[in-house]
Amino acid sequence: MRSIINYLKEIIFGVWSLLKGMKVTGSYFFRPGTIITQKYPSNRKDLVMFERFKGEVVMPHNEKNEHKCTGCGICELNCPNGTIEIISKTIVTEDGKKKRAIDKHIYRLSMCTFCALCVKTCPSNALAFSQKFEHAVFNRALLIKQLNKPGSQLMKGVE
Amino acid sequence: MLPEIVALNTSPSLSVPWWKVVYDFAPLTEWIDSSLHNAMSPFWTTVTEMLLIGVLILLFYALVGLFLVYAERKVCAFMQNRLGPNRVGPFGIFQTIADLFKLLFKELIPIKDADSFLFNLAPFIVIIASFMAIAAIPFAKGLHAIDLNIGVLYVIAVSAMGVIGVLLAGWSSNNKYSLIGAMRSGAQIVSYELSVGLALITIVIMAGSMQLSVIVEAQRDGWFIFKGHIPAFIAFVIFLISSTAETNRGPFDLAEAESELTAGYHTEYSGIKFAFFFLAEYINMFIVASIAATVFLGGWMPFHVGHWGGFNQVMDFIPPFIWYIGKTFFVIFLMMWFKWTFPRLRIDQLLTLEWKYLLPINLVNVLIMAFIVLMGWHF
Repeated sequence: MRSIINYLKEIIFGVWSLLKGMKVTGSYFFRPGTIITQKYPSNRKDLVMFERFKGEVVMPHNEKNEHKCTGCGICELNCPNGTIEIISKTIVTEDGKKKRAIDKHIYRLSMCTFCALCVKTCPSNALAFSQKFEHAVFNRALLIKQLNKPGSQLMKGVE
Repeated sequence: MLPEIVALNTSPSLSVPWWKVVYDFAPLTEWIDSSLHNAMSPFWTTVTEMLLIGVLILLFYALVGLFLVYAERKVCAFMQNRLGPNRVGPFGIFQTIADLFKLLFKELIPIKDADSFLFNLAPFIVIIASFMAIAAIPFAKGLHAIDLNIGVLYVIAVSAMGVIGVLLAGWSSNNKYSLIGAMRSGAQIVSYELSVGLALITIVIMAGSMQLSVIVEAQRDGWFIFKGHIPAFIAFVIFLISSTAETNRGPFDLAEAESELTAGYHTEYSGIKFAFFFLAEYINMFIVASIAATVFLGGWMPFHVGHWGGFNQVMDFIPPFIWYIGKTFFVIFLMMWFKWTFPRLRIDQLLTLEWKYLLPINLVNVLIMAFIVLMGWHF
């Protein structure tokens, strides 16, 4: 008798769990609002990626064309495959002292693994990730970028 | 005037206005039949009629197959929170035709040391089995290719012929994984046929006849799923489960799934032969769905409630063909819902389900139904 009761209980619980599963998929079917596919490229104009999206490494410049990069080379040391190359120069400050400054911050988009180690380890928070994801080009030379803009200099108070 | 001259000079015409044909196809078929009889001898009339029905069924097969493949992909996508085909044609409706073109262009790879006669024969057997089953289904009033007096038995017997195709495909592929897949599929189909047969017998007990047109007519004052309340509902659920297992579909598709045994018994098939297996599976699904709709949900009979005259007349306004298509597609939607909700069953779980759960419940259900019919406790 016990075994018959167990048998029937098994069947009823089994059917109940199956119906619960069907309720979930049924609710997905009857509510097209739950679709998470983006119809790219027809929604390019209003497509916004999520906040922490890693598109491309950039060096933010303010309105006076100043950045925060001191040319220390910590990002080059931390990059796992040598994507970043720092070329620095010596400048003479107003006090007459010789100081190191960034000449060219070379970033090779073709080799970048988007690991964010350069962004995390920069002591002056000079680097950041942008939201741009359309990187395809026809000429490979366009993938070697210089992150500090021409004519820019170090922001005051960073170092 | 001589009777022969009169007969030759008057051609038969439709006995009802043309728009009434939608509600009852019998005048149309009689008109075609008598026109053909007037034009040629009885032998050629029969041949022409058979050819006509064959071409119509082929067309129906192809169109339904196309539509079902597209519907499956869309239903599956919506249940998985995504869009499905939406680039080829508006809303992706030409996707199946594009797939068909691709399959037609593929190379038919001949297998080394494989039995080539059986290898080529297997897809045809599966297709022929489903063709034969379509012939017995009542699509609308008067649109019934063969009205056998053992309709239910014929459909079950003929759809069982598909097992031969599956086993031949697995054996002649000369591939041990295909053979294992075919053996598993064969065991599964043969086991679940028992449940399908018993579930249909439950309804035959209630209807009193195996003839499909009689079963549909008996549902004029209410569908069997409502008239035979508890046992008919249990039989419907058991029929749904067993028929998805019989057609190797849904959570029971171990023998042919892409990730199991590298696609099982149709691994070695490419191009048009694979398209045959693929199409035969969808048409089998359509056939079992239409049997479920005919036997449990009333076939082409509109939704009547007892003898409520006014309500019944409103329901009669919708043509029977639309009722039939609606019911069949409802059952097909249920089967697709099963497939995309539940994970796949292992072969031992499959066979346990049949022999330890479905068969005893089925037998008890047949007893209950017989008791209810004898006591007259149905509606």
